[in-house]
This record gives sequence, C-alpha cells and structure tokens, in this order.
Amino acid sequence: MEIAAQIGDEVTSGLAYIGELAALGWRAAYFTFVGPFRGRPIRFRSAISQAMQVGVGALPILSLITFFIGLILALQSAYELRKFGALNYVAGAVALSMTRELGPLITAILVIGRSGSAFAAEIGTMRVTEEIDALETMAIDPVDFLVTPKFLAMIVMLPCLTIWANAMGILGGALFGVSAANFTWGRYLQASLDALYLRDITTGLIKSVMFGITITAVGCYEGLATGAGPEEVGRSTTRAVVISIFLVVMVDLVFTALFFFLGNG
Amino acid sequence: MEKLSGEKNGADTKAADVLISVRNLHVRYAQREILHGINLEAHSGETVVILGGSGSGKSTLLRTMVGLEKPSGGEIWIAGKNLAVISAPDLKEIRKKMGMSFQGGALFGSMTVGENVALPLREHTKLEESTIEIMVRLKLEHVGLLGYESYMPSQLSGGMKKRAAVARALAMDPAILFFDEPSAGLDPIIAAGIDNLILQLKKAFHMTIIVVTHELASAFLIADRMILIDKGYVVAAGTPENMRDCTQPRVRQFLDRVAEPEVAGEMDYLQMLTEGTSNTEGTVEDKRGA
Repeated sequence: MEIAAQIGDEVTSGLAYIGELAALGWRAAYFTFVGPFRGRPIRFRSAISQAMQVGVGALPILSLITFFIGLILALQSAYELRKFGALNYVAGAVALSMTRELGPLITAILVIGRSGSAFAAEIGTMRVTEEIDALETMAIDPVDFLVTPKFLAMIVMLPCLTIWANAMGILGGALFGVSAANFTWGRYLQASLDALYLRDITTGLIKSVMFGITITAVGCYEGLATGAGPEEVGRSTTRAVVISIFLVVMVDLVFTALFFFLGNG
Repeated sequence: MEKLSGEKNGADTKAADVLISVRNLHVRYAQREILHGINLEAHSGETVVILGGSGSGKSTLLRTMVGLEKPSGGEIWIAGKNLAVISAPDLKEIRKKMGMSFQGGALFGSMTVGENVALPLREHTKLEESTIEIMVRLKLEHVGLLGYESYMPSQLSGGMKKRAAVARALAMDPAILFFDEPSAGLDPIIAAGIDNLILQLKKAFHMTIIVVTHELASAFLIADRMILIDKGYVVAAGTPENMRDCTQPRVRQFLDRVAEPEVAGEMDYLQMLTEGTSNTEGTVEDKRGA
C-alpha cells in the first residue's frame, strides 16, 4: 500500500513538473510568436548569439559523432544483410535510421550536453548572484529576457543541426559503401535518396523541434529553480541534463507512436 | 514594538507624504513564519534604515517590499498600490518607480557597466541610443564611475560594483531607492564612500531611501528614521537620536554589540553543544523586554 502511495506521489509530482515546463514553454512561445504583434520586439541580437552557441558551435563535434554513427550503422546492417546478399540495402537502412530516428536523437542528446546544461548553469548562476531578482525589480520579465532568445535559437537551430547530422550520417555510411560494398559515391547517394520519402525527413524534423522546446524548457526551468548557494548550480545542471535526456526519449516515443498511428510511420 | 518618542502615530499612514506603508506584514516560507506583523512607514524624501542581526528577517522585509516575496498577510502600500494584491501589470509600473541595489551588486556579468546601466532605459523607454549613452554617462558620473562604461563587472572592485549597481538603480530616475546591505564586505573607507553616496543622492534628488543593514556606524550616519528587527518583529523604531537613547534591553544589546548573555559562560556553551539545545532561544517577547 505504501509503495502504491509512493508511486502515486511520484507520478503526481512528475505531472506537476511537466505542467511547469509546459507553462514555461508556453510563455516563451508567447513572447516569441505573439509578443512582436503586441509591441515586444524579438530580441534578435540575443537570439543570434544563442544560435551561434547552440548551432554553429556544435557543428564540429556533431559532424564527427554522426559521421561515425552512420559508419557504425552501415557496418551493423551489413552484418545481417550480407547473409541475404542484400548489401545494396545498406544505403537505405542507414538513410532511414538516420533521418527518422538517430539524426534527431543524437543531435538532441549532444545539444543537451552542450547547451541544455549551459542554460541551466547560466541562469542558475544568475539566480544565485541575484541577477534574476535584479531583472524582476527592473520590471523586466526573466522569461522574456533570458528564455525567449534561447527558445527561438533552439527551435531554429535544432532542425538545422538535425539536417546536417542526417547528411553526415549518410556520408559515414557512404564511406563503408564505397570502401566495402562496391558502391560509388554517386550510386550510394542515389540509393539513399531512393529509400527516403519526404515524410521520413519531416517527421525527424518535427521531432527535433519538439526536442528543442523540451531541452530549452528543462534547462531554463532548472536554472530558474536553482536554490541558494553555488553548489545548487551544479545540482541544477545535472538535473537539467538527466531530465532532458529522459524527456527527449519520452517525446521521441510519443511522436514516433503518433506518426505510426497516423500512417506516417 | 516599543514606539520611541518622536515616532509618528500609525493613524498618520494616510498622510499625503507617506510613500511606503507596511501594515501588519506577515511573510512565511513553507510552514515557517519569518515576519510577524511588521509595521513601517517611509515618507517622501526620507531615509529609513532597517537594522537587524543575521536571520532577523530584515532582508526578507526588503525583498517583500520590492515584490520579490509574496506576503502571507498584511499590506504593503507603495505609491497608492497594495503590493500584497497587486496585478502583474501594476507591479511592473510600480517597479519602474523603484530602484534596487543588491548586496553583491547583481550586475549582469555578460554586459559592460554601460550596458548594465542602459538596460532599464532600453527596455522601458523609446529613447534614441545617443540619448541613452548620455544618460548612462550622467548616472555613472553621479556615482563617481564616469569613464568605466566599457568595463566588465568582473574588472571592478567590490565598492565599484556597488556604485555601478546604484547607477543602474538610478537609471529610470526612481522615486524610491532600496539598498540591501550597501556596506557589507567593504573596507571602512569604501563603505564610508557608499554612505556619502547615499547622502548625496538623498540631497540631490530628494529620494525616499530604504536601507537594510547591520552596520551601526553607517545606519546612524544616513538614517532619518530607523527600525530594529529581531526574529521577525519590530522591536524599536524612531529617529537615530531616539534609538541611541533607548534603554530597551534588546536595543541596547544590539547597539552596544553585546553577545547573547546565555552563551557567554563556558558551561552554558558546553551544555548547549552537548545537549543540542540553546538557552538563547527565549521568546521574542522576552527579548523585546516588553
């Protein structure tokens, strides 16, 4: 009975947490999409600076990781496909896996590590040093000032990064195809494109936008909820990373199931 | 609360020049009540110092007065609005008339000093950038930091950070200025400089200034009126002269910097450590010596 009560408490607090995230995400979306029509211009300078950090800064490491993931995928699928003499299908398998699932997911996890944690640490430090309080006493909404530029940067840059990750993954697969499966670069690319439908790419991109919203909401929420003392910043950052990874996987599951049942899966 | 001679009667709260009126304020964190029915008034152009030891609730009172904490009971009237029940847009408007200097400065580390001071102007006015630059220089000149516009906060000393924070608080020409521990962590010379700055601001701009501090020298220098808070209660209020002459035991203990008598003896201290209890936790009523 006690266990049931404990599970009930956990579920309730989990739902309350998701509610808080949704409220924060909603406010950031309001300031981004509705604010400009109500005399609150978008903070482009700040958003571009965030986009550079979130997007451009992540390109080298993302390229490297997704290239290797593509190569690994090709090797793993070739292991099974060659039993059936179907090495030609390696290109399609890699392209589909990258665009539908691994491209968005790997990108999101990398961005959590680089930017979600940075959001929590930056805002958490500002909370500890009373900078958030200073914003409030100056009649400046911290969500508008701090969260909205990050939100905008994230929903623009995560799909861009995902497209780049997809391309690098396919390139990684192509390296295997050309060196070990008698493909030419052109034929591998053609085989990859033939295997893909537009919906494979769009579903991945839709997921990446949702991941971006999730990562921003968790990172900023944990930063804003930081308690007193510098050690709390570390705690918030760790929580932001762990919760973001968990929620990104949950969002992935929900949207994959949704696309499946809507006939896009 | 002991009302010292010279203190105005509570019925005067509706007087026209009362800019801030705190009435029966209660603040609670979770189950613990921090402030137990605080009353405070500040008249236009007056400097009120809130004195108190660590953990007395003075900073909580200040945070509640600027709307950073929600009271669990009572009223906070500022410029005709009750912050206890105020709407978000009204609070925003009231806050534009306030300036707050935080204990550590709370300057934005990613912005230069000039950008820090310009921030409220850029957010709340439609002034030309050239006008904002002039205003930033003026505000920095007021606090003796002209020429430091392009410095990052990390390049400033503790005293300079506090001055820059005051310049930012002055940006919107507020009617009320709040200071949280303005001299904390500063050497006596720099702290005296901050005291002089507060006096200059009062003289030059006729501002209502609320200062939270535990620095007695500073408090007696800048205050028109002062209140002493202990464990969430106002134990005394009056002019600095009234406070100096006050014979109430708790006030005397604070002003004369006398340690808690119960732990002054070695045996009591040892008993407190071994039994995990303290005789110092007498009721506030006892301490107030009422």
